[in-house]
Amino acid sequence: MPRREATIGRVMAQIAMVMNLDKCIGCHTCSVTCKQAWTNRQGTEYVWFNNVETLPGQGYPRRWEDQEKWKGGWERTRSGRLRLRAGSRLKRLGQVFANPELPGIDDYYQPWTYEYKNLIDAPAGNDLPVARPVSALTGEPVDTIEWGPNWDDNLGGAPQNAPLDPIVEKIRDEVGEKIRFEFEQSFMFYLPRVCEHCLNPACVSSCPSGAMYKREEDGIVLVDQDACRGWRMCVTGCPYKKVYFNHATGKAEKCTFCFPRIEVGLPTVCSETCVGRMRYLGVMLYDADKVADAAAVEDEHDLYPSQLECFLDPDDPAVAAAAKASGITHEWIEAARRSPVYDLIATYQVALPLHPEYRTMPMVWYVPPLSPVVEAVAASGHDGEDAGNLFGAIDAMRIPVEYLAELLTAGDTHPVEAVLRRMAAMRSYMRRVNLGEERDESIARAVGLTGTEMEDLFRLLAIAKYEDRYVVPSAARADADALAEAHPLDDTCPVGEVAPNRVLLNLSPTRRSA
Amino acid sequence: MDLFLWGVLPYVSIALLIAGTFWRARYDRFGWTTHSTQVHESRLLRIGSPLFHFGMLFVVLGHVVGLVIPQSWTDAVGVSDHTYHLLAVSTGAVAGVAAAAGIGILVFRRFKVPAVRKATLRSDRLMYPFLLGAMLLGLTATILNSTGATDDCNYREGISIWFRSLFTFQPDYHLMSAAPLAFQLHILFGFTLFALIPYSRLVHMFSAPVQYLFRPYVVYRRRDPKLTADRAARRGWERVR
Ligand code: HEM
Ligand code: SF4
Ligand code: SF4
Repeated sequence: MPRREATIGRVMAQIAMVMNLDKCIGCHTCSVTCKQAWTNRQGTEYVWFNNVETLPGQGYPRRWEDQEKWKGGWERTRSGRLRLRAGSRLKRLGQVFANPELPGIDDYYQPWTYEYKNLIDAPAGNDLPVARPVSALTGEPVDTIEWGPNWDDNLGGAPQNAPLDPIVEKIRDEVGEKIRFEFEQSFMFYLPRVCEHCLNPACVSSCPSGAMYKREEDGIVLVDQDACRGWRMCVTGCPYKKVYFNHATGKAEKCTFCFPRIEVGLPTVCSETCVGRMRYLGVMLYDADKVADAAAVEDEHDLYPSQLECFLDPDDPAVAAAAKASGITHEWIEAARRSPVYDLIATYQVALPLHPEYRTMPMVWYVPPLSPVVEAVAASGHDGEDAGNLFGAIDAMRIPVEYLAELLTAGDTHPVEAVLRRMAAMRSYMRRVNLGEERDESIARAVGLTGTEMEDLFRLLAIAKYEDRYVVPSAARADADALAEAHPLDDTCPVGEVAPNRVLLNLSPTRRSA
Repeated sequence: MDLFLWGVLPYVSIALLIAGTFWRARYDRFGWTTHSTQVHESRLLRIGSPLFHFGMLFVVLGHVVGLVIPQSWTDAVGVSDHTYHLLAVSTGAVAGVAAAAGIGILVFRRFKVPAVRKATLRSDRLMYPFLLGAMLLGLTATILNSTGATDDCNYREGISIWFRSLFTFQPDYHLMSAAPLAFQLHILFGFTLFALIPYSRLVHMFSAPVQYLFRPYVVYRRRDPKLTADRAARRGWERVR
């Protein structure tokens, strides 16, 4: 214990998200509600703080994962330090007049609307009035709509589009295998994406004005709209392409993690409205002094474990003490202890970071989908819930596993296999429970868990309720607690003598205990 | 008239410049931006904008050197009038032509690309004519001067002295009335442009982000509850219609 204590540096708290990809039904409700809340304004027509991609596919903006082209994120120099992939600061200042790596509107898509008015205003005549598509940017008619924010939804046009997926290209080059995009042979899943609110944000680091910042209290990364000067370097800096340029105001905008909601203890809009209930929100405590080294480890495969090592166990009394010393309030430490995100990331280790090789230390993690494997097993006429069958399939189905590894672990297939095996084990363990059969501890042991843990994990992934999925401490309480801790109340009344007959406020017991 | 043009107008323009910059900094930081149009069009911008800006930076530098450093100083270091002129005209010509070519591309782009045309601000409509005018007149004056069409006026013996006299608040406005017409117009356009800087996108030149070189990569900030709670409504994202 004392040895550990000495190694804890500055503790910081972060609101983080985990998405369970098996449960995403690709309904885009999150994207739409987010857009209604945040980007339904002029200048942000093409902007989706939350978007849902079908994989394999090109994504939004098109081929955003191709960092050879977009130069997002960090790279490790030969001396072992991190530098923005787009170049040194001096170089970037020299390129400020025209940014060579800025996605254009066509890389996102030309936003359009329809001349709906024509439908009701057209004069009576023999021809049925039509609503032509018009560009939302220029108002000019658009003859052919060629691309949209989810054009290749559900593998639409996959024979043409999906081979252009940068991960598909990479696997093809490295493994020499061909991913098939014929209807029956392809695998598919959805990837909802928001800003990762990274621990080592490349967007913040690219901003020449210093207008972008990471909040100390909850780690949310924001753009100060009054300080942004429109140099648009952050758009390039973010490897996930989650900073957008509002062309009407001339300022950068990004996913805010719905901070006005988070501050009062509510989940983000995308989480609140998620139809698949696949999102989890909670507090992660991490050692801020470890981040820089963890992001700069030499081997890309070590990035996932090194980020994992930055996280601190809130149940460890030494961590709680260090957190308190770093100014984190009791309510937040409590919330960290109940954090579903911590359980998925650290306790059960079933969630993985998105593209850790960008070295930004992202904080929206994903539980990889087992469904491509289950479906393949079932399609071949075997029992898709039998642990043995599933384990075998995970070993045999190289392409989905390689693909997920390129997405979530910088290409290292071992952690992905481990997670998938855990999920497969949970599946077959729980089937026995549901069928009233005897609990088979050996299934749990095969993936390094106990039966009880298996059931806890199942509850968290499958049936967790609102309060269990979203554990968000409020900022106001934190402010009040901090104030109270800074100025402990004594017994004297700050106004003066305590009045002889006190006036009681008419608060109901529920209100008082809340 | 001479007094008004060369003794009063410059001060009015600088007063507007200072007042406007103060207004921007105090009340409209939200409007303080380059209004980049690069998301709409990149190919022309990537040629035009660096050409214009790098040209312009040298042009501005050239003006500072030409107007602020007295002839007696360069004489004292032994730079003859002829060498000085040769240097000024050659570097000035390169920078000036680059800036002019750059702005030419940028203006062409502004007319030709529909989305960029649509993104043109009202302030741009006012600012661009003066920017273009000042640049064209400046080039014209230089060409006329170095071809001898204006009797080889040495601006360092007239205009520069007038310019420096502005700083002592005792403008030698008579000196300017003797200057060639092209120079006079260039200066009038220039001072009008100065007045327009804070009210147009040109205000971005005052926030050249050199501090970027010296700060840590990641910026942390504490949440300021006052910022949202107690702040009076200011210009920002427009309301949803
Ligand atoms: C010294 C630092 C300066 C910096 C860093 C700077 C940077 C920029 C940037 C990033 C843009 C946006 C380009 C785009 O993406 O559309 C821009 C536009 C512009 N700048 Fe500057 N600028 C500086 C100085 C100046 C000066 C001194 C002038 C004029 C006298 C100037 C005039 C303009 C004009 C007219 C545009 C609009 C171009 C167009 O789109 O038509 N800038 N500048
Ligand atoms: S994902 Fe978010 S925090 Fe990370 S670099 Fe991009 S915009 Fe910044
Ligand atoms: S709302 Fe939920 S289930 Fe629907 S697409 Fe978004 S993340 Fe997936």
